[in-house]
Amino acid sequence: MSESSTSTRQQYTPPPPELGPGQTSHTSITEKITSIVLTPHTPYQWFIVVLIGLMLVGLLQVSIAYLLYEGIGIWGLNVPVGWGFAIIHFVWWIGIGHAGTLISAILLLFRQKWRTSINRSAEAMTIFAVMCAGMFPLIHTGRPWLAAYWLFPYPNSMAVWPQFRSPLIWDVFAVSTYFTVSLVFWFLGMVPDLASFRDRAKHRVTRVIYGVLAMGWRGSAVHWERYEMTSLMLAGLATPLVLSVHSVISLDFSVSILPGWHTTIFPPYFVAGAIYAGFAMVLLLLIPIRRLYGLQDFITLRHLENMGKVMLTAGLIVAYGYFMEQFIAWYSASVYEGFMMQNRMFGDYGSFYWALILCNIAIPQFLWSKRVRRNTVWLMFISFVISVGMWLERFVIVITSLHADFMPSSWDMFYPTFWDWATYAGTIGFFLFAFFLFVRGMPVIAAHEIRTLLPFGKKEK
Amino acid sequence: MTDQTVTRKQLDRKLLDQEHANMAEAREKSARSGGRDYWRSLEELAGTEEFEIMLQREFPEQASEWSDGVSRRNFLKLMGASLAFGGLTNCTIQPEEKIVPWVRAPENMIPGKPLYYATAMPLSGVGTGILVESHMGRPTKIEGNPEHPAGLGGTDAITQASILDLYDPDRATVVRNAGRIATWGGFLESLDQELSVQRSKKGAGLRILTETVGSPTLGQQLNFLLEEFPEARWHQYESATRDNVRLGSSLAFGEPVNTYFDVAKADVILSLDADLFYGGPGSVRYARDYTARRRLRNGDKELNRLYVVETSPSSTGSMADHRLALDSAAIEAFAVALAGQLGVELKGDPDLPTYQDNTGWIAALAADLRSAGAASLVVVGDQQAPALHALGHAINKSLGNVGTTVHYTDPLEADPVDESQSIHELAASMEADEVEVLIIVGGNPVFDAPADLDFAKAIEHVGFRAQLSFYEDETSELCHWHVPQSHYLEAWSDIRAYDSTASIVQPLIQPLYNSKSAHELLGAMIGQAGLPVRDALREYWQQETFADDFEEFWVRALHDGILADMTFDRLRVRLRSPIKIPRGFGHPRDDDELELALRPDPLIWDGRFVNNGWLQETPRPVTKLTWDNAALISPATAQRLGVENEQLVDLTLPGRSAKAPVWIVPGQADGVVTVQLGYGRRLTGRVGEGSGFDAGVLRTSTDMWGSTALKLIKSYDRKPLACTQDHHSMEDRHLIRHADLEHYRHHPDFARHETHEAPASLTLYNNDEFSSSTGNAWGMAIDLNACIGCNACAVACQAENNIPVVGKKEVLNGREMAWIRVDRYYTDLDDPEIFHQPMPCQQCENAPCELVCPVGATTHSEEGLNDMAYNRCVGTRYCSNNCPYKVRRFNFLQYADRDTPTLKLQRNPDVTVRARGVMEKCTYCTQRINAVRIASKKRGSPILDGEIKTACEQACPTEAIVFGNVLDPESRVSDWKASPRNYGILTDLNTKPRTTYLARVRNPNPAIDKG
Repeated sequence: MSESSTSTRQQYTPPPPELGPGQTSHTSITEKITSIVLTPHTPYQWFIVVLIGLMLVGLLQVSIAYLLYEGIGIWGLNVPVGWGFAIIHFVWWIGIGHAGTLISAILLLFRQKWRTSINRSAEAMTIFAVMCAGMFPLIHTGRPWLAAYWLFPYPNSMAVWPQFRSPLIWDVFAVSTYFTVSLVFWFLGMVPDLASFRDRAKHRVTRVIYGVLAMGWRGSAVHWERYEMTSLMLAGLATPLVLSVHSVISLDFSVSILPGWHTTIFPPYFVAGAIYAGFAMVLLLLIPIRRLYGLQDFITLRHLENMGKVMLTAGLIVAYGYFMEQFIAWYSASVYEGFMMQNRMFGDYGSFYWALILCNIAIPQFLWSKRVRRNTVWLMFISFVISVGMWLERFVIVITSLHADFMPSSWDMFYPTFWDWATYAGTIGFFLFAFFLFVRGMPVIAAHEIRTLLPFGKKEK
Repeated sequence: MTDQTVTRKQLDRKLLDQEHANMAEAREKSARSGGRDYWRSLEELAGTEEFEIMLQREFPEQASEWSDGVSRRNFLKLMGASLAFGGLTNCTIQPEEKIVPWVRAPENMIPGKPLYYATAMPLSGVGTGILVESHMGRPTKIEGNPEHPAGLGGTDAITQASILDLYDPDRATVVRNAGRIATWGGFLESLDQELSVQRSKKGAGLRILTETVGSPTLGQQLNFLLEEFPEARWHQYESATRDNVRLGSSLAFGEPVNTYFDVAKADVILSLDADLFYGGPGSVRYARDYTARRRLRNGDKELNRLYVVETSPSSTGSMADHRLALDSAAIEAFAVALAGQLGVELKGDPDLPTYQDNTGWIAALAADLRSAGAASLVVVGDQQAPALHALGHAINKSLGNVGTTVHYTDPLEADPVDESQSIHELAASMEADEVEVLIIVGGNPVFDAPADLDFAKAIEHVGFRAQLSFYEDETSELCHWHVPQSHYLEAWSDIRAYDSTASIVQPLIQPLYNSKSAHELLGAMIGQAGLPVRDALREYWQQETFADDFEEFWVRALHDGILADMTFDRLRVRLRSPIKIPRGFGHPRDDDELELALRPDPLIWDGRFVNNGWLQETPRPVTKLTWDNAALISPATAQRLGVENEQLVDLTLPGRSAKAPVWIVPGQADGVVTVQLGYGRRLTGRVGEGSGFDAGVLRTSTDMWGSTALKLIKSYDRKPLACTQDHHSMEDRHLIRHADLEHYRHHPDFARHETHEAPASLTLYNNDEFSSSTGNAWGMAIDLNACIGCNACAVACQAENNIPVVGKKEVLNGREMAWIRVDRYYTDLDDPEIFHQPMPCQQCENAPCELVCPVGATTHSEEGLNDMAYNRCVGTRYCSNNCPYKVRRFNFLQYADRDTPTLKLQRNPDVTVRARGVMEKCTYCTQRINAVRIASKKRGSPILDGEIKTACEQACPTEAIVFGNVLDPESRVSDWKASPRNYGILTDLNTKPRTTYLARVRNPNPAIDKG
């Protein structure tokens, strides 16, 4: 540290716009980021969060074990409401994951420099969110032990294949591809930083662990060249995924004939919703972490403000989607569509719809104000509201469409049970647990990319 | 080793060559040895060389393979195999009992092919002819007997479900003495002791209590008993008694007679609170005859007309062309007013009630009845006052209906008595300590006798109390002896149907437990303990018949299910005119009081079926409630009283009260609270436990069917009620299409113009994709003009397709499993028209469910069935979500009972019992299709129309459902589908359903509509 401060005094260059005033040299950046991990001191708040997460993971395990033992009847599902919390949370988590890919892939291709300090954690968030999401479609089936492999096309003696016309099969491919690409992209991006950890680790065990993870990275020019190229290629692969995954998931709904699901606007509307929810979650995670680890220099107010802008944009697209649903319900003159919209707004679940409008359209309009966008408390609040709103959106789509569809005689209500909530809380616990483990043990910010932001780095490039 | 093997092989051959030992040698040795007592085989006796070797060998030749000295290789093989298979023994536990083949197989018994036997189901003293499907000696399914006049092949829900009782694991299985397991012999012994004491007193302390006895032979046995014990008394009582019918005919004719109707001949029918089509004797036949006149076939444009005046909406009410909801007093006054218009002579005491309302209605009705002349019919409900029955007889007489639509015969009962009077006398004599021995033959009086008698207390005065009943119930608890009663499918009996057609009740299976029938118990009491009931029946009928060859008569009776020519002659009865109208008749109740109307439950009846899961879970015809009874009140009354659905209220009569949940029913008469009896049983099986509340506490022997002094006290507690249909309006979906006859005459195809149909070309699919190469394309048509909403189809489907019962909690969750449900819609809250619509799978040609299944578990068969492969299903439920008709059912939990052994016997072996996590649905009874397909292939000719009957079609009392080949232009289903009334529902979704409906056409009286 003293060395770096000396050099700062000797030739002061103002930090790049993407970074805070304290971060002006390669060393300071690397020091700061590695110090989060390579330290015996862990903030007590970290333990609290991890403990809560761990407890919820336990709840998740109990919920799933009981589910497998007893059957999905432990949830509040019925006929007509065949899909409930599991699908709501599947879509919700997948949506949250989207921000990570958007930041790391699309913004990389667009050469948005400001993404560098948030992309790593956003990617981690993607990985863990997709893990949470991926669990739901499996456990929500009646016989998961069969669904686990019958949904994949594998050659078998019965010559039975999955049915490729079903959107659920598209889901399997979309989500598994998404997860694979995200995982590779995330891990690959960490390799140079893991190598830094390896080099700076004092303890033998940590050195070996990071050494293995660094996969022999020596930082040679050839390494860097191949690394950059691979990153670009993976970004190219991941970019269409950002759009495709949630589009495919939206097809689960829009391919069906159910009023409220059978909507052509769903793919773009779902993608926008995903980005909306994803950025909200990134903010929800990063604002406390930034504070906890003193990362204000890396994740600056400018980052937060940019994310606020993205949220505002995505939110407006989502609002447009809501409006179009209303419009088409009227314009189609279909009795089913008309009733569906009527029922959404004024039916048994009407309060959910208005809460959704409040959370996803009304409150986020505060983001027009620069003061709000640069105020972490406000951002936290709005992000939380959006997360709730996006949950409500999925609830409204899944439940209110199903509970009153074509046959009035079959209409029924859905009431979630304890196990519905327990499973949801369990995935949140898993997400927190996994994310905080990542923060503690992995490079939470892409140090090598941050370094390129420095004027020195820029010159070098 | 090689040598050894060769030797053995040679020996084996030698043994085979001389398979039959030398008989001469054996005989010789046997004679020689003399002293030797035991020999294992002729070979041993002959002491052949081969036998000696075999003795050494220890194992017979087939088992010899591994008995060579064990090589290392074989040893390792064996070890490996035993390790590998070691765990497998856990998978298939072999039953321990010995399996013995038939020495002589019963005739016609082919494993896998069911046999059908004719028998009859007795209920409340009246029988319904049925055919029972039997798989390898296990009765599995009840169907109507097409030869029998009570159903002509149709049945009702109770009959369909009665087979489940046979296998009920909770039924009484052992004779009990003071709660301890005893024997039938022990019971007879102590009964004999009591009877010998009674014999000396001519039976002065002996009382027999039976249910309504409709069995002629049992009646004769009871009469024998009374001859033997002249001072003894025979009482009859049952909760769903038809006392008022008997009393009414006594009032009208001076004697109790049996009345039955020829509904087919009636052009104009008036029902005064009679559920003509549901529950009562002959209701199945009446429904059939009524709907036969509403088919509008072949350009027919005439309909009969039904007026219903009732307290609570019923199946019959839902079929009415004109329906009035009135309380009992108003119905009485209405009837008097109508009688006045028709010129029927009445004598008031002191004067007749007046009725000011609905004058136009009554005038139009009277004119309509009069113009129909002898082709009209007035029917009075079983629970209405005797005087109203008498009035009904008088009106029928004055209209000239007797002999055309109304017929009289001798009573069906062996001894028609006023049962509420009878039980009252019994209770009084028990209180007075006059009863020393009480034998209860069936029935549960402690639970269902009128509450004012306090039967439970009275019975304690009796020294010896024995009960024969199907369950150990509230009465058994207070009896010294309890003998389990045989199910009607286990025991011989006989019974008369509504029109006095007699049938033999023939058993299909040996009693599963140590149960006895009423005949056996009575037989034991009259010294015929050894006489088989079958012989007693034969004896009785031999006396009755004049047939030359009794054996032929008997065999034919068993085969046909009808005792030929044993029907009573029609009686000519003389009406005692004028009919006396008693004081208080038609007298309106005070405004601040409510009327309590007690009724038997449409499904669990008087409480005897409370442990029958099928009936418990079948929705009540109009209310759609399951698992509970409730206080049914009209929307206006609910509003006036400020109560809402499921709110608990105290129903209070002076000195009595019951806590009941409220259920609001459109179409209920204002101010009337209808409550079903039979629920709230304290001692019942696991199924019936805790369901409903006991409305019997509100019942007195003078007010058997209700009272007008009811007060309703609100509480703020709630009791959830499991209703299968929460929404009652069609929301402009045009699901049920209906028109008045006048409109139909001008626009017979009105139903086709209610929605925009998608043009046939508007599809992305290849339309030829579903063309059938077998020449069969299955389809179904359902005539909404015929559906009375009785749910017989639903119970039949449950029996046929092994559909599990899920319980109240799951029904509350919306998880009932019915493959076919009957939807019911109202048009209006206060004066609704009520419509029924059976909903099986629509077997869409463009089935939305099929393309969304990720594993292809539901696919389309060539013949147009939307098939479900349970084995392949992983349970994503996407198909159900995408099914616009919501006819798919999901096993959210392990619903099918896999453990109870008796329930396994009931299951249809041709249908899979589904596991947890699997979707299921109507298959148009694919197992029945396949059975017929196999038969048709064997005989080498195509499947005939009507050869395949789905379970719902078979059970339907009104033939509202027809199934068949839509490619065959001659088939009935094609004929129906060609009707201008034919339409599909939600066809604007381009689903192309194979199940279609025939629109309903009402026939209102223009005079009423005008004013």
